[in-house]
Amino acid sequence: MTELALTGLSTRPAQAWGGVRLVPLVREEPIEDLRLDARLYDAEFGIVEVDARSAYFSYIPHGFVASWTRDGTPAAAYGTQLRGPAERDRAPSRVPLRFHRRMARRAGKNRLRFLPLHLALEGYLALHFGGPEIAWEEWSRRAIDRGLSPRVEEAYAGAAVRGLGDALRVFEIHPGQCGVLVYAADALAAAFVVPHPDDYRALHSTLVHDLYGELIYHYAMLSMPVPDFRARIADATVRSLADLRAQARGQQDEWAAFHDQVMADGLLGADYTYQHVYTMGEYRLSRFLPSFERQRENHIGELITDGAGRLAYLKTFRLSENQVRRGHLLTRLAADGWNLADTAVTLGVTEPELGLRIEAAGFGHLLRRDVLDRYRAQARRSRR
Amino acid sequence: MIRSSCLHSPAGPVHVDPEAAIEAHPQTGADLIAADDVLLFVNAAITSTGQREFHSGADEQSLSLDFLHRYLMGNYRDLYAATLALDVNDHNAVMIAWNLLATTAEADADQRRAEGRLIARRLALLPPPRVYGLFRRLRRARVNNRRTRAIMRDWLAARPDPAFDAVKYRGAVKGAVRHAHLRPVGELGPFLFAPHRPAAYATPILETWRRAHYEQAALYDLPYTVAEGFAAKHRIARAAFLERIAPRLTRLERLRLQESARGLGADAVRADLTTMPLTRLASYVLALPPDDRLRRRAELTAALRAAACRTAGDRAGRWGAVAAVLDDSFSSSGSGHKRRRPLAVALACHFLLEALASEYTPLWLSGRTDALLAHPHGATPLGERILDGLERGPERLVIVSDGWDNSPPGLAGEVLRIWRTRLDPDRTCGVVHLNPVYDAADFDVRRLAPTVPTAGIRDAENLVALVELARFAEGRTGISELRAHLARRVEEFLREGS
Repeated sequence: MTELALTGLSTRPAQAWGGVRLVPLVREEPIEDLRLDARLYDAEFGIVEVDARSAYFSYIPHGFVASWTRDGTPAAAYGTQLRGPAERDRAPSRVPLRFHRRMARRAGKNRLRFLPLHLALEGYLALHFGGPEIAWEEWSRRAIDRGLSPRVEEAYAGAAVRGLGDALRVFEIHPGQCGVLVYAADALAAAFVVPHPDDYRALHSTLVHDLYGELIYHYAMLSMPVPDFRARIADATVRSLADLRAQARGQQDEWAAFHDQVMADGLLGADYTYQHVYTMGEYRLSRFLPSFERQRENHIGELITDGAGRLAYLKTFRLSENQVRRGHLLTRLAADGWNLADTAVTLGVTEPELGLRIEAAGFGHLLRRDVLDRYRAQARRSRR
Repeated sequence: MIRSSCLHSPAGPVHVDPEAAIEAHPQTGADLIAADDVLLFVNAAITSTGQREFHSGADEQSLSLDFLHRYLMGNYRDLYAATLALDVNDHNAVMIAWNLLATTAEADADQRRAEGRLIARRLALLPPPRVYGLFRRLRRARVNNRRTRAIMRDWLAARPDPAFDAVKYRGAVKGAVRHAHLRPVGELGPFLFAPHRPAAYATPILETWRRAHYEQAALYDLPYTVAEGFAAKHRIARAAFLERIAPRLTRLERLRLQESARGLGADAVRADLTTMPLTRLASYVLALPPDDRLRRRAELTAALRAAACRTAGDRAGRWGAVAAVLDDSFSSSGSGHKRRRPLAVALACHFLLEALASEYTPLWLSGRTDALLAHPHGATPLGERILDGLERGPERLVIVSDGWDNSPPGLAGEVLRIWRTRLDPDRTCGVVHLNPVYDAADFDVRRLAPTVPTAGIRDAENLVALVELARFAEGRTGISELRAHLARRVEEFLREGS
C-alpha cells in the first residue's frame, strides 16, 4: 500500500467552464524517451481476451501505444493511425466488434499497445472474480463453480457528461503541459498525465472519449457553473511594483498548494494496492486499486513510472458510491475467507443484514435461494 | 418589441455613491445607467458581428446582440439612431438602419427626419452588398413605408454606375427596384425584367453580359463574381480563368485570391500589399504558414509598417513611451467564422502603436519577441505581463486582449486596481484595455478592472479614436456629457457627407 504522487509535475491555475474545472499540470522537464500516441479503432465495441478463460467487453474507441528507447535518446511518436470504415465491408445493421488480445500487448520491438482506462477497469472488475474460495454452505452452486461471472459495471462516455466537451474545447493548453485533472462540480473526476507536451496536445481531446462514473455524470448534469478561484491581493502590503510581483507569485504558489492539499487530496492522499502489468526498459506499467473505504473518493487507475519513481503516465477513473460499496463488500468478504458470520461481525451488522446487503449490491445470485429467503424473513420479523 | 424600464438594464445594477455622484455631476442614478447602457451598446455594436466566437456560438451572439438593439431602441431611440455616426461595424449599422426603418410608426416627425439623414449618410458609406442585403431584408419583412422607399430611391440614384450594379447585383437590384416602386431608366428595365428579349444592348456592360452567354472572351470584361458563374458555365479551367480575370479583380478580391491563385500557378493575381488596410493585412499575414512568413519577412513587414504609418497619419511618433500587452493565447484563434480575428487585431495594433510611439515595448503573452510569427497558443497570464509592462514606466499602457484572464484568473484586475489606488494614484501612466471580442453572456466586452477603461475594437484603424474616447468607458460619465459628445459626432458625420 503506497500513496500516489505527482512527481515532476507542478500545478497551474485552473480554467473553469460551466460546471467543469480543468487543472493543468506542467512538467519542467519533459520525458523524451517514452512517448504515447493514440490508435483509433474502427469498431468502438471491443472484446478483450484477458486470459484463456475470461473476456472483457466494453466501449473501446482507441488504444494507446507507448514507444520507448533503451539508451535514453528521444523517440518520435509513431503517428495516429486511422482506418476508414470503407476499408472493411460490414453489414450496417450489426454493431461492429473488434477483438483485442490482452489489455497490454507488445506491438513490436520497444512498442507496447495498451487499452487506456480499460486496463484499470478490468483490474476492478476482476477483483475477487473467482468467487468464494471456501465452499461455505450459504453460497450457491453457481458462485462456487463460476465465481462472479458475468461481472458488469456501467459508465458514461465523456461526450455524455454535460459541459465536458465544451470545457475541453475552450481550454487553453499551457506551454509544457503534460497533464490535467478534471473536476465536475469540484469533484475530482479523472487525472491524466502523459510523458511529453506534444503527446498531451495530441491526446487532450481523447478525454472526451474516456469513461466517467455515474457520480460525475450526475454532478455535471446538476451543477451550477463553478466560480473561478480569483487572485486576491491585500492592498496594505504593497508599496512598490516589486511587492506587487512578489504577491502575484505568492498567489500562484498558494493556489498550487491549496489544490494539491485540498482539492486533489482524495486522489493523492489515499492508499493504493499496485499490480505490475508490464516492464518496458526502465519504465513499469502498473495498475492500482483503492482501499474501498466508503464515504470518500476512490479512484482506480493505471500508471507508468520510471526507475526514479517519476510519474510518466497516469489515467484514473473515479468509482461511484455503489461501485465503492461493491468493492468494499468483496474485499471484506475475501478478507474473512468468504465466511458470512465472520464478515458480519467485522462489518458490525447481523448476518441477515449482510445477506441483504450482498443482494442490494447486485450479488444476490451468489447466495443460495433458500438462504436468501431465510434472511429476508428474519429481516422482516426484526423490523416488526 | 421589448420595452424595459431602466431598472432592468443589461448593464446590471450600477452601484452609485449618491453623494459622490451629485458632487461630480448633478445627476441621478438613472442617468448613469442610461450612459452605461449606451456605452455598453456601442461596445457591442463595434465588436460583435453575430458570428461564432471562441467562447460562444453564433446563436448566442446574435440573440444577445438583438436584445441589446431592441433594448436601446425601446428606451433611447434618438441615442440609438445617433450611434450610426460612431464607428459601429457594418453588420450593426445595417441592423440599426433596419430596426429604425421597420418601426417608423413609433417615431415623431423630427425623429424621422434626423434618423433619415443618419441612415442615408451611413448607407452611402457601407459596401453595396451590405446595402442590397438590407433592401432584401426590408422586402422580405414587407417594410415598405414612404421613408424606406425614399431612402432606397436616393441611394440607388446616387450609385455611380447603375448598369454595373445591375450586372453585378442583378437579383438585388431587381428586388430593390420592385420594392421601391421605381422605374428603371433606359435599357435597365428590359435588362432586369426581360434580359434575353433584346437582340443587343447599347450599354457596353450589358452587351458584354449578353455576349458572355455565348462567347468566352466576353466574360473577362465582367466583374469577377459574375464572370465566375460564366466560367463555370463554359467549363473554363480555374487557373486559366484567374490568369485572365486578374485585371478586373477588386483590391480585396485580389488579396483573398492571391494564395489560392499562386497554388494553381496563376501568377497574374498579385495584390499590392502596401495599399491594403492594416487589419486585413494582419489577417492575411497570419493566414500564411510560418515558413512563408519567414521567407517574405521583409516584404510583409514593410507592408504592415506602411499601412500602420498611413493609419497613424500626422500623429506618428507623438505618443511618447508606449507599452502594449498583446494577447496571443489560444483563445485569440477566434472561431471558424472569424479565423484568428482577435490575434489579427493584436498584430495590427502592434504595428500601429509602433508607428504612434516614440519608444515602444511590445509584450506578447507567450513571451514571443517576433511579432510576425505570432501564433495563437497557450494560456492567458495577463497579470504578469501587465506587471512587466508597468515596470518599464511607460506613459501609456495599451492592453489588447479578449479579457479571459486565466493564469491565474483575476490577477490582471488585482494588479491594475492596486496600481491605480496605491502605486499610481496621480495617473501618470494611462492604461487602456481594448477588447476585440463581444461576450454574449455579459452583454458587453469583458472588462479587466473597474478602474481601467475598456473599449471594444474591431479594426485596429480605430485605435486612436478609441483610446482617446476611453474616458467615457470609466463609468463615471453622465448622460448629458455623452449626449453632447454624440451630438457633436452626429454633426461632423452629417457635415462630411454634404
